[in-house]
Amino acid sequence: MIYLVSILVFLMLIGAVMASILKDLIGAVIAATLVSIIAAILFYLLQAPDVAMAEAAVGAALTAAIFIIAIRRTERYEK
Amino acid sequence: MRKIVSILLLIIVAFGIIRALVEIPFGTLKTEVGRYYIEKGVEETGAVNIVTSVVVNYRAFDTLGEIVVLFIAAIGLGAVLRTGREKKTRDVQPASLILFTGCRFLFPFILILGIYIFIHGHLTPGGGFQGGAIIASGFLLIYLGCKERRISRVASHIAESLGGLVFLGIGLLGLVFGSYFLFNFLPMGTANTLFSAGVIPIIYIAIGFKVGSELAGILDNLIEES
Amino acid sequence: MSFLNSYIYYIGAFGLILIGLYIMLVKHNLIKVIVGLGILDTGVNLFLISVGYITKGTAPIFSKPGIDSQQMVDPVPQALVLTAIVIGVAVLALALSLAIRLYQHYRTLDLREIKEQRW
Repeated sequence: MIYLVSILVFLMLIGAVMASILKDLIGAVIAATLVSIIAAILFYLLQAPDVAMAEAAVGAALTAAIFIIAIRRTERYEK
Repeated sequence: MRKIVSILLLIIVAFGIIRALVEIPFGTLKTEVGRYYIEKGVEETGAVNIVTSVVVNYRAFDTLGEIVVLFIAAIGLGAVLRTGREKKTRDVQPASLILFTGCRFLFPFILILGIYIFIHGHLTPGGGFQGGAIIASGFLLIYLGCKERRISRVASHIAESLGGLVFLGIGLLGLVFGSYFLFNFLPMGTANTLFSAGVIPIIYIAIGFKVGSELAGILDNLIEES
Repeated sequence: MSFLNSYIYYIGAFGLILIGLYIMLVKHNLIKVIVGLGILDTGVNLFLISVGYITKGTAPIFSKPGIDSQQMVDPVPQALVLTAIVIGVAVLALALSLAIRLYQHYRTLDLREIKEQRW
């Protein structure tokens, strides 16, 4: 059980580092969405189902959607 | 120069957080008020979901403040992005027939799922905010799949305003019938049934409609180019 | 092993807070700074929920009439984090609308170039 949580936390930190490194902004947004989804899984493992449902509904769908709409109206690549 | 100062600041913040984190043990009881809410929650409010009774009954004023913050953010976004110039017309390729029909077919089911989640907020994990976010995701599907179809602005404004006004009206009715603002004045009923827990389902239905139409309005303002 | 067992959630939340702060301080593209704000928000929420956890506890819902109430997790941090998540998405939406406005006025999103110009 503790190995599953360790692997999930490790993947979450790798996702956050990739969001910092990537120069393509849509790739950075997808890495931030990965962080949000793994945080929703960790909220469920910490016995908080209401918070897990809120984070999955808001962080996985709506945050990525408003970021991609804003990137479409500005530039895509960071110089 | 700026990078060196930022990394120094990060080292100081990390040192401070680590010094604080070793003092907090993981997995022990830390507050007394949580014990009180768990033990007296069901008989005082009638809701079997303790987080719902904390959010809507014991700390209802914080929920009112959060709804005001969401409302200010939606108004600010509308004020910044709408300038009144005429829209540039772009050539948008219409989506294929399968995508168009599939999006229109899925939309009522997503709405029903969202409405189910916020009606049963006091019995199962769920509530107003989660249900509202799912309703906004349903509207996002319509914006992405069907070309140039928007929800009517009048209906969105009416749903949003009615949600906020019902919440405030119930709070003021609590002042009339009981002793304080947001008093739970309807009868409790038996626990674990749908018509129980006083005003909690009514407040959650109002919050669900308000949050859902507000997030859909935010998406509408971001997509429209004007 | 017992060190990992007791502190793994704290390490995850602490790592997210540090990476979010690093992105916000060092990067100079405005949309990447806003992505860093979102990661920082998620880290703080994870830290709050992991403080309220009790070992071998269950979720605070009385779904069946005979559940022992001594073994439940603290419900107060969950209520606070529920509010904080919704406020986080509202702040992100407003910040992105201001970024779109800045791009329409200055034709660039680089923070160093925006600071150089006077009007």
